[in-house]
Amino acid sequence: MALLVLAEHEGGALKPATLNTVAAAQKIGADIHVLVAGENCAAVAAAAAKISGIAKVLVADAALYAHALAEPLATLIVGLAGGYGHILAPATAIGKNVMPRVAALLDVAQISEIVAVVAADTFVRPIYAGNALATVQSKDAIKVITVRATGFEAAALDGAATIETIAAATDPALSAFVGQELSKSERPELTSARIIISGGRGMQSGDNFPLLEAVADKLGAAVGASRAAVDAGFVANDLQVGQTGKIVAPDLYIAVGISGAIQHLAGMKDSKVIVAINKDEEAPIFQVADYGLVADLFKAIPELTAALDKK
Amino acid sequence: MKVLVAVKRVIDYNVKIRVKADQTGVETANVKFSMNPFDEIAVEEAVRLKEAGKASEIVVVSIGPAQAQETLRTALAMGADRGVLVQTDDEVQPLAVAKLLKAVIDSEAPGLVILGKQAIDDDSNQTGQMLAALLGWSQGTFASKIVLGDTLTVTREVDGGLETLSLKLPAVVTSDLRLNEPRYASLPNIMKAKKKPIDTTSPATLGVDAAPRLMTLKVEEPAKRAAGIKVADVATLVDKLKNEAKVI
Repeated sequence: MALLVLAEHEGGALKPATLNTVAAAQKIGADIHVLVAGENCAAVAAAAAKISGIAKVLVADAALYAHALAEPLATLIVGLAGGYGHILAPATAIGKNVMPRVAALLDVAQISEIVAVVAADTFVRPIYAGNALATVQSKDAIKVITVRATGFEAAALDGAATIETIAAATDPALSAFVGQELSKSERPELTSARIIISGGRGMQSGDNFPLLEAVADKLGAAVGASRAAVDAGFVANDLQVGQTGKIVAPDLYIAVGISGAIQHLAGMKDSKVIVAINKDEEAPIFQVADYGLVADLFKAIPELTAALDKK
Repeated sequence: MKVLVAVKRVIDYNVKIRVKADQTGVETANVKFSMNPFDEIAVEEAVRLKEAGKASEIVVVSIGPAQAQETLRTALAMGADRGVLVQTDDEVQPLAVAKLLKAVIDSEAPGLVILGKQAIDDDSNQTGQMLAALLGWSQGTFASKIVLGDTLTVTREVDGGLETLSLKLPAVVTSDLRLNEPRYASLPNIMKAKKKPIDTTSPATLGVDAAPRLMTLKVEEPAKRAAGIKVADVATLVDKLKNEAKVI
């Protein structure tokens, strides 16, 4: 049976997590359809059609999908579900919001945040903040799955799938979009950045985050934060890396003034290279760091910025 | 308005979990359990609604073994009015939890249901959304602020920042970390909570098939990262990143 992948997009661009989700679908089966739901999303559909190894892009272009509200989006997906054995979405704020609703309406379980495909009905997913990995087998006719992007290499973009327009489903009219406060940044997004520099409680204040931003600008890196830094109000919630924040796996992760609580490690321990800069040499972050520097960050970070200037 | 809150008994967040040698799960014997931290936030929010005169009664529900009574008592000590325990020793997965909660809600008829956004044991992040679907209600997940009026205004933590929705009531809300900071129950309130009523029922009495849909084949420890090295100074660090790791 065919597989359906929910594409995630924003501002007319396909989000990279969609590519990782397609990659997960490719490990399950061959006949993959990608659903693009949104308003004025023709450009997204065209971008999705280029994903390698997919057969078809379905486009539902209507105002009620403009903000990916869970209730109408779930209704749309459930209406399509009969033709599919698997329905996958990235484990992002949108995927996590809508997919359990889809699963319940179909009376099936959801398999959350898979990091590996063992067989078409068997998947690996982290539990206990990534301190254990469970291999689970689904007995349901339709497998509803969210995919942790860091578990799968992104699918390539050399395809040419057909684009098919589908009608909007009925609007349950249960919720309405009021507004949003999105962080504006010229830097790469956390979940797709090649390099991330994150600050923790050791930063002492949000006023000190420009120190990290200076390094980020030299490296083309994204800026992240630990839960402690977000809870203390240093930076906005969308910068949080960790079990309940964003799960990241960049080539290089630089943890600055972060002690390394389990909660934080769960969100970044799959990074290729980890650097820790902390003045407390007993900090647990050093146990996962490839390179540890025991130093006062207020001295080390300006030095790092200067050193990167010289390269 | 009656508010219903669901709470789960989980291994305490401070416990370093150990995977069992036979790979059937994690060690639960002689391990401290407590209320799922996100559920504490859900209880706190309901209590604040009651203190603000917007909630008339808070019913707290838990599904699990007899010991989940203790979790309910914690919620009662925080300010909930009465508890319902759906007692079972079997594994209950999110879809079944949502069905059991729906059965309780069908008779309790609350105007608002608040749950934690995920439990820190199975990290599923499903129950609230599934419950909303089964009830045909609106959902406000990952909430960092709620304002209860004729509709419910929910500010949600999303990937790019914050999003605000207006939900028709009745609604299901799931709490994110920054919705509030839960209180500690005072000793007098802990004593008072012992006298608050807890009804006990079961999946069979509620007429719900709670059988698991997912079979856990094995549980393993993740691969450990090899310990790295300490570098003496920033210059060495930059050199290593450039020439050894080749990431900058």
